[in-house]
Amino acid sequence: MRYAKRGRLRFTSHRDFARAFERALRRAEIPMGYSAGFSPHPKISYHGAAPTGVASEAEYLEIGLARLMDAEAVRVALDACLPAGLDIEECLPVAEGTLAERIDASRWQITLPGLDPSTVDAAGKIFLATPAIPVERPTKSGRRTVDARAAVVSLTVADSEPTGSCAILTVVVRQVTPAVRPDDVIAALATVAACVPTAPARAIRLAQGRLDDSGQLTDPLAPERAAALAARESVPDTLDGAQR
Amino acid sequence: MGLGHDQLGLFNVSRPDEALKSPVSAARTSGYSQGDMTAPDSLFPRLEPLLPRVTKPIQYVGGELNATVKDWDAVDVRWALMYPDAYEVGLPNQGVMILYEVINERPDALAERTYAVWPDLAALMREHGIGQFTVDAHRPVAAFDVLGVSFATELGYTNLLEALDLAGIPLHSRDRTDAHPIVLAGGHAAFNPEPISDFIDAAVLGDGEQAVLEITDLIKTWKSQGRPGGRIELLLRLARTGGVYVPRFYDVDFLPDGRIHRVVPHRADVPFRVHKRTVMDLDEWPYPKQPLVPLAESVHERMSVEIFRGCTRGCRFCQAGMITRPVRERSITGIGEMVDRGLRATGFEEVGLLSLSSADHSEIADIAHGLADRYEGTNTSLSLPSTRVDAFNVTLANELSRNGRRSGLTFAPEGGSERLRAVINKMVSKEDLIRTVSTAYAHGWRQVKLYFMCGLPTETDADVLEIADMAKDVIRAGRAAAGHRDIRCTVSIGGFVPKPHTPFQWAGQAAADTIDHRLRLLRSAISADRSFGRAIGVRYHDGKPGIIEGLLSRGDRRVGAVIEAVWRAGGRFDGWSEHFSYDRWVGACADVLPAYGVDLAWFTVRERTEHEVLPWDHLDSGLDKEWLWSDWQDALDETEVDDCRWTPCYDCGVCPGMGTDIQIGPTGRTLLPLTPA
Repeated sequence: MRYAKRGRLRFTSHRDFARAFERALRRAEIPMGYSAGFSPHPKISYHGAAPTGVASEAEYLEIGLARLMDAEAVRVALDACLPAGLDIEECLPVAEGTLAERIDASRWQITLPGLDPSTVDAAGKIFLATPAIPVERPTKSGRRTVDARAAVVSLTVADSEPTGSCAILTVVVRQVTPAVRPDDVIAALATVAACVPTAPARAIRLAQGRLDDSGQLTDPLAPERAAALAARESVPDTLDGAQR
Repeated sequence: MGLGHDQLGLFNVSRPDEALKSPVSAARTSGYSQGDMTAPDSLFPRLEPLLPRVTKPIQYVGGELNATVKDWDAVDVRWALMYPDAYEVGLPNQGVMILYEVINERPDALAERTYAVWPDLAALMREHGIGQFTVDAHRPVAAFDVLGVSFATELGYTNLLEALDLAGIPLHSRDRTDAHPIVLAGGHAAFNPEPISDFIDAAVLGDGEQAVLEITDLIKTWKSQGRPGGRIELLLRLARTGGVYVPRFYDVDFLPDGRIHRVVPHRADVPFRVHKRTVMDLDEWPYPKQPLVPLAESVHERMSVEIFRGCTRGCRFCQAGMITRPVRERSITGIGEMVDRGLRATGFEEVGLLSLSSADHSEIADIAHGLADRYEGTNTSLSLPSTRVDAFNVTLANELSRNGRRSGLTFAPEGGSERLRAVINKMVSKEDLIRTVSTAYAHGWRQVKLYFMCGLPTETDADVLEIADMAKDVIRAGRAAAGHRDIRCTVSIGGFVPKPHTPFQWAGQAAADTIDHRLRLLRSAISADRSFGRAIGVRYHDGKPGIIEGLLSRGDRRVGAVIEAVWRAGGRFDGWSEHFSYDRWVGACADVLPAYGVDLAWFTVRERTEHEVLPWDHLDSGLDKEWLWSDWQDALDETEVDDCRWTPCYDCGVCPGMGTDIQIGPTGRTLLPLTPA
């Protein structure tokens, strides 16, 4: 399943989303598979959630059902039970393996208010030319330093009118431990090139997937999409009939 | 204390925030005219850039499941409802949820919610000129007709002042103009609103469902007439109903020794006494029908269904039990419908059957059995806030936990010794308790929590030390009954605060030092015996916050200046130990109270005499003051009274005086299994 976290609901934390999602499963009466044991839990696996306050068009999770359902019907039912802004975008039956194997990087779009694209472009070049950029991040257990540079695969600035209103940056970042977040990249630009937006920057995760040799992200749902298409073309009615 | 059940108090989500894209709002924090002509701009576009800088921003964005946003211009009367604590505490409050839905069901009115904002955001809001906002449509609170504030506890008073200040509403009722909302207090603390009488315009005592509708009607009429006589006329019309207390129409005179001489209205057209409101048929008020479900984590991750209102057990310390009389049961079928509808509307996994003493519902066995049958195999768990100490309670708990875990059971003996339990009228013997918990352990429950209070009237060190003996006996009997040693007992103990409208309203509160001393003795008595090791845990609070709660509970109008001084010195979130400062309160008392010839001790540890005029005597909870006094004398004589639910009336005064009666079953109806949709 791919879902989006948009608008003001980008302020949901991962735990908030998980609670809302599990309640939506119950309200939508999705026949969930449950783990065995003393305290059974519905079978859900979440993949690396976007940080609290960061919007995303590409979050992924998998659920295990107790019986076969039409995937699009599940999507529609769940989406109707979630608030607008937490939107289930795609739902496909698993074709092979797990999503975790198909995701190792993210593409982020970062909007930097009050900066000229050319300024940010120059800062980006310095960023890419610097081998390591340690930045500090506040955590619950004090401040922690991470290298914001090594995980960044590419950094580009969109061409736009040099109105001075904002610059739009696209970065592809490998999912490493500790994670490098959009905030870290923004902090790094400030460190290496004194490139500081006039208002808080806003970030959106546009995509996740596996980096291919050309530095592009592959679609993690591609095998499912292909399988679903093939199934529709070869056996149009049997799947539908099997559910009843 | 202990009885934290004062939780009592549409459409799908639509989002005008996204619709109102206006990047700049003219809204500043003051000078709002009650804009009936145009809807105020959403504050969200200006709030949003600040949110990444604060903790738990999700609590400020709204968007809860079952939240309602109505068109501002399509209604006549607009309420902002506030729970004056953090969102995570305020959101699950049943009182606010009920009124929110009752008002929003009217086509001619709307209600939105607002909560106390944490100091990090409050500082940013001041810096950026953003006023206190509702979470539903992020409208400025100052633009509403009414700001209704539900006080479950007095420790929310400083948060009221903070919200008023952030909203740009003058702190003092007298400084407000026709442009400002009516500030209306409700909730249990409103049974003595005198300490906040400078800051509120009016207070409603008792059940709010019908009251908010009548107030809405009254405001609608007054507005449609062109607001004749302005704010004062509106307050007068409210006061004349007899069910809304408007402090400014009453004068309080004091005697030279600091006691109150009298409280009288200074106008002929307002009543001498203001009576509480009582909703009589709970089945007609099945609210909340669509309980709010937050995205943020809250203190109650479950759905609550109120199974009855009121309590007649007669525990003398319990304000809730006294002021919510008489008992009014929701019927078994009404409960069954609310559980079903609520689960469908929320997706919650747990349902709590809420009331002041849930095991006392006349058909509780059938309810428990019927619900357990209905939800067998669905991963839905049921719970009963249990305070009654008897084997029946264990039977019920067994039934409700048929599907799930048996982790912990809670009982509330409240007093450590049998003598003390006679004083507080909590009729349970030590043998009852041991038998009950043995039954629980034998049925597979591993953890028993026991609630007690410290600092009760007539209490001695010995009474409190008996708690240690009781806990040890519980473990001994429990190990024998369970046949193994893997059981635990947690003793949870808090300081007693005498409350208005109870037989203990005359009592001298125990000093903080006394409480702390007795708790120390108890802890060392428990830990002295190594054979119990970690089988007995003790949870406690120190005595200082209780003294301030006592000041605010039984205070009069002179305490208002203390509250204001504390707020000006930075006091907020006084219910949170990390924000509460005893020294700040003591300092404010020392600055303010000597001018009146009284002090903190005068309001708290001083015992009152029979004929002293109490600050809340003109507020009618239905209870006869003579009956309360005789019950206080019975307490001192260690004489118990029965529960009038099962025995003849003992004339507390509520039923005849207020034209009400207890409403209990059995109805003889049964909980039918649901047919699958």
